[in-house]
Amino acid sequence: MSKEKIVINPEFWDIIPQDYRDLVDHATYGKSDRGWKDVGSSTELIAEHSLCAGCPESIAFRHIMASIPAPEDTVMVGSTGCTSLVFPMVAVQNIHSLFGNQNAIATGLKRALAYRFPNQVKDVIVLAGDGATVDIGLDMTLQSWFRQEKFTTICFDNELYANTGGQESGLMQKGFVAKMAPQGKKFEKVRLPEIARESGCAYVAVLTTSKPSLVERVVKQAVLIAREIGPTYLQIYTPCILEIGKQSMEGLQEMRDSESAGERFKFREFITPEAQAFIDDMNAKKKADKLAASANN
Amino acid sequence: MGTHENPNVPQIGTANKKGQIITAPEEIFFTSERTQAFLTGSEVIKEAVKRSSVDFSVAYPITPQSEASSLVGELYADGYVGDYMRGESEFAVMGQCAGAAFGGARVFTTTAGPGTLRAFENFPMWAGARLPIQVVFTVRGVNSPLTIQPDTLEIAFMLETGMLLWHAEDAQDLFDFMMKGYIVAELPEVHLPIGVICDGFFVTHTKDVVNMTPENVALPHYNPYANPTPVMDMETAPIRHMRDPFIMKSNYISYMTHASWQLEVKAAMERSRKMTRKLLNGLIEVENPDAEILLVSSGTAVSQSREAIRLFRDKGVKVGLVKIKTIRPFPKEEIREATKNAKYIFVPEFNVAGWMAREIASVVERNERVIAGPHVAGGMTMPPEVIVEEVERTIARMNKK
Repeated sequence: MSKEKIVINPEFWDIIPQDYRDLVDHATYGKSDRGWKDVGSSTELIAEHSLCAGCPESIAFRHIMASIPAPEDTVMVGSTGCTSLVFPMVAVQNIHSLFGNQNAIATGLKRALAYRFPNQVKDVIVLAGDGATVDIGLDMTLQSWFRQEKFTTICFDNELYANTGGQESGLMQKGFVAKMAPQGKKFEKVRLPEIARESGCAYVAVLTTSKPSLVERVVKQAVLIAREIGPTYLQIYTPCILEIGKQSMEGLQEMRDSESAGERFKFREFITPEAQAFIDDMNAKKKADKLAASANN
Repeated sequence: MGTHENPNVPQIGTANKKGQIITAPEEIFFTSERTQAFLTGSEVIKEAVKRSSVDFSVAYPITPQSEASSLVGELYADGYVGDYMRGESEFAVMGQCAGAAFGGARVFTTTAGPGTLRAFENFPMWAGARLPIQVVFTVRGVNSPLTIQPDTLEIAFMLETGMLLWHAEDAQDLFDFMMKGYIVAELPEVHLPIGVICDGFFVTHTKDVVNMTPENVALPHYNPYANPTPVMDMETAPIRHMRDPFIMKSNYISYMTHASWQLEVKAAMERSRKMTRKLLNGLIEVENPDAEILLVSSGTAVSQSREAIRLFRDKGVKVGLVKIKTIRPFPKEEIREATKNAKYIFVPEFNVAGWMAREIASVVERNERVIAGPHVAGGMTMPPEVIVEEVERTIARMNKK
């Protein structure tokens, strides 16, 4: 889709909702340099949200929406959970169907779009919580990777079931006392990033959303690699401040604490040689274009 | 861009990449020259898919549909189906089908028995999301101990999913229902998923004579933009659905939204009757409606009833028949009218529950006339002699009282 498709009849301009006018006036559609710095000025993809005040998930949402390389041709797939409270307010087309089937939906969607639009980029991004990705939907998460389906899976890891009130999940830390884990969780946090690597993901990254520039880099990389090479996986810590007993303003510090040396969200990434070559090539081209542009000036 | 204006999609009168001429549905169904073929039900599924301009199909092995879904794979390899894959479970398969339908593809899949129930959560989701996916249910037993034998119990679970459900009596019905099913299911005023049902083994694994539409003629392609909901392809301007997601809200607006959408799905099913009557030549078929005794059923039970009626005729007893083609929408007016003069309404069924008898009893007047049976289940056959015996015994018992 191009921005030209979003046209408002001038006669109706004054009665069109502000959201829609923003989409026409300020949309970053088609801008190759869009990124996290647009968060403050471009709110056409996501503005308000209905999550708890200070929820890191809402920040992650903003960073991701600002970073996806081609929102005008991106369809997102969600699942049941806190993310499904945000998606109705996200202005790229998105699908919620059931709990845990997001990678199956994305598989059919990506294939249909590839078949219907063979000469056009159509990115598919899954964004779901850790219960959806690792517990109820693990089978479909892994199978989509085995089959090398070309889309990105983003897991908002808050280490529990937040929307239903803080129950134990597979990505919860061992020993954490939660609902349904009254004596503390009895097994280790599932090592999905390592499993993703072994399951055929071309790019895997583990991070928090504390550094927007890092989120931008990995999201762009993940989507572009998925478009050209194969499945990619991002696991982003979005702590549920409510369920771990923190205050609204403490989310950022919680994320920073969890990414220090030896902690479970210390930034790490894995990339296949093929994907690395693709990224290097892309960066070299970008650099050459920049040089050519400055030479012309 | 609508399919009708997309230069990449062959339009009526032009050839697709396999050389099939895209042709108006009415012409294919009613005026094209048919040729006879002697095929199994599984082969009939392949032949119908071949003529239906299917964009995407997902397969998963489960008896008795495994052969059919692998034959669809051969069609894909030959270039007749856009994309094709094996899923990992029926739950995933129906999700993959949904994803492709959300993305604007015409979708086909098949399953049976335990697969239907494993996939179950998807079916009301399909209907609520208004995805006109076609699934062929080659029905089989769902009970434990494990069985692979024919049994229609799984249909009872499907009744309130919001899907159109058409029950084929034989291979000819299966061929026609599959192609016509796409046309009705994809009407913008309907736009609902459709289950075309055939009885496992009795239809899938036996050979029958089928009058086939020409091989070099195919249905027009699906136009995803003639749709009551937006296609998820970012070709139309996206909107924020709402400020306040309904899911968590306990307020009147939220209740009202969900309730009215459910009513809309019901209404869409009602709107399917008109075109279905036209394409299937009525939602029911009736023979001898003036007979005192009527046999009313769907699927293979109808074929067996036809044989039983012949045995009765040899005995000089006139028995009538009502064949129900569409289980959803249920042809209540037609059944009420066709059965109004009958003294006994027998409902032979291939399941232990007798759900069809309950459906019929819920719509006819003086429903003490509805007699559930004979029943067979778990893969048993229903010889016509059994129907005759059951009818005679039941009437004798009723007259004694």
